[in-house]
Amino acid sequence: MSPKVPIEKQIRMALNGDEAVAYAVKQSLVDVVAAYPITPQTIIVEKFSEFVANGEVHTEFVPVESEHSALSAIVGAAAAGARAFTATASQGLALMWEILYIASALRLPMVLAIVNRALSAPINIHCDHSDAMGMRDAGWIQLFVENSQEAYDTTIQAFKISEDPNVLLPVTVNLDGFVLSHTLEDVHMLPDEVVHEFLGGYRRVSKTYVDYLGKEIEVKLDPANPLTFGPLDLYDYYFEHKIPQVEAMKKAKDVVKRVHEEWYELSGRRYGDGVLDAYGVEDADVVVTVLGSTAGTVRYVAKKLRSKGLKVGVVRIRLFRPFPFEEIRKILKGVKVVGVMDRAISFGSYGPSFLEISAALYDLKNRPLLVNYVYGLGGRDVPPVLIERMYQELIGIAKEGEVKEVLRFLGVRG
Amino acid sequence: MIKSEKRVIKEPRRWYELPLSALPYKLSTEYKTGGWRAFRPVVDLNKCVRCMLCWLFCPENAIIWDGKDIKVNYDYCKGCGICANECPVKAINMVPEGGGSS
Amino acid sequence: MSKVNPYRLWVFEPGKRYNLPIGLNLKKEALERPPLLLPGHRLCAGCAIPIFLKELGLALRGPTIIANATGCLEVASTIFPYTSWAVPWIHVAFENAAAVASGIESAIKALKKSGRLPYDNVDIIAIAGDGGTYDIGFQALSGMAERGHKVLYILYDNEAYMNTGIQRSGGTPQYAWTTTSPVGRVIPGKPQPKKPIADIMVAHRIPYVATVTPAHWADAIRKFRKGLETKGPAFIHVLSPCDRGWRFAESKTIEICKRAVDTCYFPLWEYIDGKGYILTDRSLQIARNPRLKQPVEKFLELQGRFRHLLKPENRDLLRRLQEYVDAVWEDLLSRAINAPK
Repeated sequence: MSPKVPIEKQIRMALNGDEAVAYAVKQSLVDVVAAYPITPQTIIVEKFSEFVANGEVHTEFVPVESEHSALSAIVGAAAAGARAFTATASQGLALMWEILYIASALRLPMVLAIVNRALSAPINIHCDHSDAMGMRDAGWIQLFVENSQEAYDTTIQAFKISEDPNVLLPVTVNLDGFVLSHTLEDVHMLPDEVVHEFLGGYRRVSKTYVDYLGKEIEVKLDPANPLTFGPLDLYDYYFEHKIPQVEAMKKAKDVVKRVHEEWYELSGRRYGDGVLDAYGVEDADVVVTVLGSTAGTVRYVAKKLRSKGLKVGVVRIRLFRPFPFEEIRKILKGVKVVGVMDRAISFGSYGPSFLEISAALYDLKNRPLLVNYVYGLGGRDVPPVLIERMYQELIGIAKEGEVKEVLRFLGVRG
Repeated sequence: MIKSEKRVIKEPRRWYELPLSALPYKLSTEYKTGGWRAFRPVVDLNKCVRCMLCWLFCPENAIIWDGKDIKVNYDYCKGCGICANECPVKAINMVPEGGGSS
Repeated sequence: MSKVNPYRLWVFEPGKRYNLPIGLNLKKEALERPPLLLPGHRLCAGCAIPIFLKELGLALRGPTIIANATGCLEVASTIFPYTSWAVPWIHVAFENAAAVASGIESAIKALKKSGRLPYDNVDIIAIAGDGGTYDIGFQALSGMAERGHKVLYILYDNEAYMNTGIQRSGGTPQYAWTTTSPVGRVIPGKPQPKKPIADIMVAHRIPYVATVTPAHWADAIRKFRKGLETKGPAFIHVLSPCDRGWRFAESKTIEICKRAVDTCYFPLWEYIDGKGYILTDRSLQIARNPRLKQPVEKFLELQGRFRHLLKPENRDLLRRLQEYVDAVWEDLLSRAINAPK
């Protein structure tokens, strides 16, 4: 199928991941951007400031004094009916933590680009996923991208997913710090008008019925229809207010797939089914799951091993929240061993995606063996030789039929 | 109980009967705080000079001006007594709620 | 009773221009203008907050959006499923009223720029207590002031974290009793003096700063209006006596405000950038006639939180407090452009 905008008509630029996100935001008719700089997100903010200073966007840029204020300002802007965006990493995300829950519970659409970076202490500016994993309970949709091209594509898709009337949840787009944010890549962008049409123009606000107004009104701060955002709940209503978030998450997965498919029709680009991107799993005995840019390295090693006749595969998890339990169950059903790679760890437990995948596979009659590989913390490099070693271990486990050590650390000295 | 498109919604509501974004759907005027008070203000309209200070200083907006007279809305009056304290001509008396001597 | 429901929502029709006149004619306003905060709210009997809100309502000039920090007002006015707010209102968290207001102000600007705002102007007001302003909310306030957002920030100062149970804040005055600065055998209440928040906002060089009490109502309404008309950040410090936390009879709220000003404990002034400090209302009267200035006991004697200061063994503390109040007053007189020489 040929895309609506053939590759020759797309705008080709050499961009790093941060710049790709900035260009995506530029095209997305965003009304308010409030951000505080933190390595490795700084280029997003700097690039976008250039667009604003040159009058290339109508966006109001608010150089806030902290990340907490950044997300607070974005929540205020979204409540006022604006399309809003911010970006952060690591400590900045940790500082925003209390507001993340509020943004989700108020069902306000917004996009947060997280340039994944390790959490202190010790302070480390390099890539790992511990920052994003710390917010997995907050009620945000979490997407992880593999390269700068996908960062561009996904940031635009994120606005559409977020504002979908069946979703109305904030969305994060996660890209690996330095690995993606600071490395140049060949990025193809769609023309402005195509992106505008894809998003339906400016933000449209969803409606709801409020008894004291006696009619359906737009959910925004509107002097024509006074609404109260952020009330106090006692024990008689809080629980009921959480269920709509659960229901929205249930619907979000299909919206992510649908928006991903629409983008494919426009651009010719897709990443698996939008939720999982699998390679070599049809006949695999051993499969590795992974998030983010490391998937590229894993796929490279898998290809090499497959050419030698070894039945290995790799699944990149693109959508982490809501977690695609059914899709994981389906794709890993007949596999003998699954190596779950996590670039974060929940101290006192396992890596985050290991816990999710365990839950997904629990009900299967013949469950695959699961091994958790925590890797790359603090930006520790993951060269192909390490991945190959992991695959060989997994193949050995498949032969032996048992896992002696579930939690392993890939690439640490000692 | 409120009516919504022929279906009567019983309170407290189920989760799918609530507006989006946890928006409150009733005005607080439905909640009568008059039950809080131990004393109630009684206005002597003969003494009253219509200065409007009681109307201004009432924290509950329970003092009503109808163009001619000052009246107390006992649905909301919490009996704080600011009106009586501030009245320049002492036209308002705080009387125990439900009778009895002050 | 008038036929029009006195308790109704403020509805501003899209496409219409609004510039409501300032509401100083109380008889007229009582018939025409509904309150900003509807009754049925759960604030304590005798609370000063709804009083200043009424005065704020009399100063509003058109479409208005309010961002409120966590605190007494927010909690008591929005207990689900009820709301007391007659205008669009948002609460996010404790320390970010100024940040949320900044976001709303920017959104309104962006909507206007892209032709999606059906109003000429929307006023944005951020309201927070002393907790959300002096302490946890200070950063956001300072950032908002520095960036120059056109927001009126109103601090309602009840001089402690009242909503959580009367704990001390940066706005608690020296020697006041609170639950975290109790009067004990060794320490007589809060050791530190009150943070001069309004002066700090003046140091930010924002266009307009003022102090207000709900008792001096015409002064308050005028200052609120000036704050709304300011083309940039404005900061108004409202003294908001709390009968629960300050320990006074609930009918004395307005009287305590008057004494606060008469003793120069809380002077009334405004600061206009480019002009300087200007004394107003009762404080200007006192400056012109120093015999009107009352000793600080007149303010303390009605309040249980200062009861220990009136004991003979604490004479020294009382003297120190009087000296502090006098020093601050003299300093204000030296700076005010309309103080008699």
